[in-house]
Amino acid sequence: MKWLIDLFTSTLGKKLMMALTGLFLISFLVIHCTINAMIFFNDGGETFSYWGHFMGTNPIIRTLEIGLVAGFLIHIIQGLLLWRANLAARPVKYSVSKAPANSTWYSRSMGLLGTLLLLFLILHTSHFWIPNRTNQFTQGEELPLYKMMFEVFSNPWIVFLYVIGCVSLFWHLLHGFASTFQSLGLNHLKYNGIISFVGTAFSIIVPLIFALMPIAVYFRWID
Amino acid sequence: MKLESKVPEGPLAEKWTKHKFNLKLVNPANKRKYEVIVVGTGLAGASAAASLGELGYNVKAFCFQDSPRRAHSIAAQGGINAAKNYQNDGDSVYRLFYDTIKGGDYRAREANVYRLAEVSVNIIDQCVAQGVPFAREYGGLLANRSFGGAQVSRTFYARGQTGQQLLLGAYSALNRQIANGKVKMYSRTEMLDVVVVDGKARGIITRDLVTGKIESHSAHAVLLCTGGYGNVFYLSTNAKGSNVTAAWRAHKKGALFGNPCFTQIHPTCIPVSGDHQSKLTLMSESLRNDGRVWVPKVAHKGLKAKEAKSITETDRDYFLERKYPSFGNLVPRDVASRNAKMMCDEGRGVGATGLAVFLDFADAIKRDGKDTIAAKYGNLFDMYKQITGDDPYEMPMMIFPAVHYTMGGLWVDYNLMTTVPGLYSLGEANFSDHGANRLGASALMQGLADGYFVIPYTIGDYLANIGWNDKVGTDHPVFKEAINAVNSSVSKLLSIKGKKTVDEFHRELGLTMWEYCGMSRNAEGLKTAKKKIQELKNEFWQNVNILGSASELNMELEKAGRVADFIELGELMVDDALNRAESCGGHFREESQTPDGEALRKDDEFTYASAWQYQGENQAEVLHKEELRFENVKLTQRSYK
Amino acid sequence: MKITLKVWRQQNANSKGQFKTYVADHVSSDMSFLEMLDVLNTSLIKKGEEPIHFDHDCREGICGMCSLYINGHPHGPQQTTTCQLHMRTFKDGETITVEPWRAKAFPVIKDLVVDRTAFDRIQQAGGYVTVNTGGVPDANEIPIPKKIADEAFDAAACIGCGACVAACKNASAMLFVSAKVSQLALLPQGHAERKERVEKMVAQMDAEGFGACTNTRACEAECPKAISVTNIARMNREYFSAMFSSYEVKVGGGGE
Repeated sequence: MKWLIDLFTSTLGKKLMMALTGLFLISFLVIHCTINAMIFFNDGGETFSYWGHFMGTNPIIRTLEIGLVAGFLIHIIQGLLLWRANLAARPVKYSVSKAPANSTWYSRSMGLLGTLLLLFLILHTSHFWIPNRTNQFTQGEELPLYKMMFEVFSNPWIVFLYVIGCVSLFWHLLHGFASTFQSLGLNHLKYNGIISFVGTAFSIIVPLIFALMPIAVYFRWID
Repeated sequence: MKLESKVPEGPLAEKWTKHKFNLKLVNPANKRKYEVIVVGTGLAGASAAASLGELGYNVKAFCFQDSPRRAHSIAAQGGINAAKNYQNDGDSVYRLFYDTIKGGDYRAREANVYRLAEVSVNIIDQCVAQGVPFAREYGGLLANRSFGGAQVSRTFYARGQTGQQLLLGAYSALNRQIANGKVKMYSRTEMLDVVVVDGKARGIITRDLVTGKIESHSAHAVLLCTGGYGNVFYLSTNAKGSNVTAAWRAHKKGALFGNPCFTQIHPTCIPVSGDHQSKLTLMSESLRNDGRVWVPKVAHKGLKAKEAKSITETDRDYFLERKYPSFGNLVPRDVASRNAKMMCDEGRGVGATGLAVFLDFADAIKRDGKDTIAAKYGNLFDMYKQITGDDPYEMPMMIFPAVHYTMGGLWVDYNLMTTVPGLYSLGEANFSDHGANRLGASALMQGLADGYFVIPYTIGDYLANIGWNDKVGTDHPVFKEAINAVNSSVSKLLSIKGKKTVDEFHRELGLTMWEYCGMSRNAEGLKTAKKKIQELKNEFWQNVNILGSASELNMELEKAGRVADFIELGELMVDDALNRAESCGGHFREESQTPDGEALRKDDEFTYASAWQYQGENQAEVLHKEELRFENVKLTQRSYK
Repeated sequence: MKITLKVWRQQNANSKGQFKTYVADHVSSDMSFLEMLDVLNTSLIKKGEEPIHFDHDCREGICGMCSLYINGHPHGPQQTTTCQLHMRTFKDGETITVEPWRAKAFPVIKDLVVDRTAFDRIQQAGGYVTVNTGGVPDANEIPIPKKIADEAFDAAACIGCGACVAACKNASAMLFVSAKVSQLALLPQGHAERKERVEKMVAQMDAEGFGACTNTRACEAECPKAISVTNIARMNREYFSAMFSSYEVKVGGGGE
């Protein structure tokens, strides 16, 4: 088993973990985003609540959720460790650096964007996921998420923070999506174009839908 | 002293095979009891160190650069010759041998050259097996090109970076032995002396360039693979660090120096742009395959490349095509260089300095299209533009000859041993294979031939004969003396505290050498040069200024030691050039030319290799002659008309 | 031209360094950057000040010895080596900051000279094909498709200068290591050892203290030989497939 330890303690192995968990989280975003988009049926939250209930109670989904939490933790912890190790690889910094000439700012700022996302995640889960699951465990019943949404998003500051979170997500994905494939070694002239296209489209569409939710609620585009 | 070339008897084609059989072998179990020192890690040094390590010897390898991969072999562009005859165009070992002997103007040893041609085929196999990415055809087999005017396509190449790829191959083999513990690598370490005890080479003295520590290393044999001495001219295509120090200090310890005056001037280099110039950049000879060399028929002072179009076709003198209709722009290097110089001497040179000729691709671009030319020479054109700011697609290049290679070097016998037993010299550092002029794509061949396929056989004979317990430790008084001598010469350099920098002396030496001992030489000029060099030497030891200390990284101190040796070598080159009152290959004595200005060899008087013996500080060196016997080729006057 | 230079001066590995400012008058636009430093050094020596130490050798862009982080770029603002950078790239009166490569694995030796032997140790860990001299098959025995040979060459063109490490915000050596791994993974001659090779070279790379790759592609943008990050993806692929399918190998680590 030494090989497995060697693998996951190597710089390449750490990147592998980042990529695999990243892909997993991307797949989570697809589902999360799809269900969120149900609010735009504007049916008083009926469709949204139906699927919310399904996700919150289906035993398979509940089991997968453990994996999701693990995925988040690995992605976050490994990301922070890599960030620290990468900083240590250059103990003395340059006094003049023209990094913008050779790379994009967001590719160099994944640690920062990730940290912003982590803060957002704490805020966001404290609004919905944590109280809901806590209630499920203690009381055995779900909270009315659709209704809670209207309460939370009545505060313009919260709406603003959610939008900031979505913008961070956009930049994080814009680099992260394609980067994942590179880390996994999936780089091929024939497919690079499509990866880059899908990556960019994904990074725009998903955060946009997420961001529209608090905005739509705040401005009462839906009720 | 009698020079014994140790060339084996028998027919030319069987000499090496027979010799290999007659050489003594070292028992495999005993090989680990021997230590061998290899100085220099270019093609010759890296291949030798790796091969000897593979055989089981304990090797210590030294280079002054920060990594063995930096050795200047890396800069060779064009390619490597091998008599593979993959192109079915009439090549053979004998033809490669013949071309090399003839190209060298009959001043090389037949047997050595034949062996070189013979092992050339193994080199390509070896390099391919190491993963050297040679150019290939679409069918997957190796591609060849004709190079340097050869009538057959026998040159293997890896774009314009053949030297780099071959060196990285040898470096990888060396790395494997370092990892195996068979080679111990000392980088940023310079050899400053050879230690000779009881007439045999027993080790070397080195300086750790980072800490300044002077150390001794003992071994059963010492291999000097330290390259050529073109930097004696200050401006050359050599790397800035290339130097003669190891060879020169060995010379002072008894190794004879062969044919020092034989230097090769390469015709296609980027001209000097100003006094700040620190080195010259070679443009691959392959450019002459499509480029046409010309100057205006009448002098146009300061003609710029972008003004070249204003000179009409009828006002241009394509002088190589005019004078050598059958070879045209593809005449050998020495002929092309000399003719360029003649044009400039006539005042028809171009550019701000008047020391340049045009190399024009306009016709080739018109004929083949820009894309074809870009595919062949794109990287060279880019390089030219980067350095000069001119775009060769739009205007002709300007070129001028520059010192490129030195055929002379430590005299070695057929076994590559110098006149000091146990001291070998490989690659450009020795004098052995190229006579008075080296053909294109032959330097890489010789370096690797010596390292991979000659020394592993010949060194065994010497080692088996002396026996593994014939070794002197570094505690021997001679080592101690040598350390003291090196220390005191280092302190002496630092104590002078004069007014001139090392570079200023080097530049001055270079100007003298280029002026009097460069592309053409005459007795009077050479005598002037000798006097100037002696004066320069005196001044150097009184007026050089080196700051810093000996116990740290001190690049001025490193340079100073090298320049001091170059000055002494310069004098010997002049002596040798003066002695050789004939023109041959790269050595053109104005007194010896045909009525139409071509080089005139004097075979009756000069069919020998000169080997000079050091006699002591400021003493005239003694000349020994190794008569060259040609049993297989007939000496003819080269003609490219 | 008149150029103001801010140059990092550091007596040795253990001392603390600082920037010193010099003014270079009479700079010709035809000078290479290193020639400009040569001229400056001559004037420093004349003034009794120790010359600026920097690594250089071939001065034709192939040996990889020259370094220098110039105005925020390894090898300066053009995608070439410092020795091929010419002063015509700069404006009259410009201030140029010159720093050594900065990486934990490349400690400063003096002034602008750094120790890059970590690269040698990575190559020693596996950057070779195990063949002894002699006894190899004929060079044309194994045909290699031209495209593969060309791609291997593109990777093999690496000069080992370390600009990739210098450019990377993580001081990662992935581009350098992947170039060698790629070359030998592409060519059939390297296939016998491809798994062990990549495992050992990556282990050594990590042991030297280089950072991880975050795919910013700064290395590719600054590499004087335009080595592509495709090689890094190839190395990742080689590494993962090796780790999951090779026999377990012991890999050494750590510098000397």
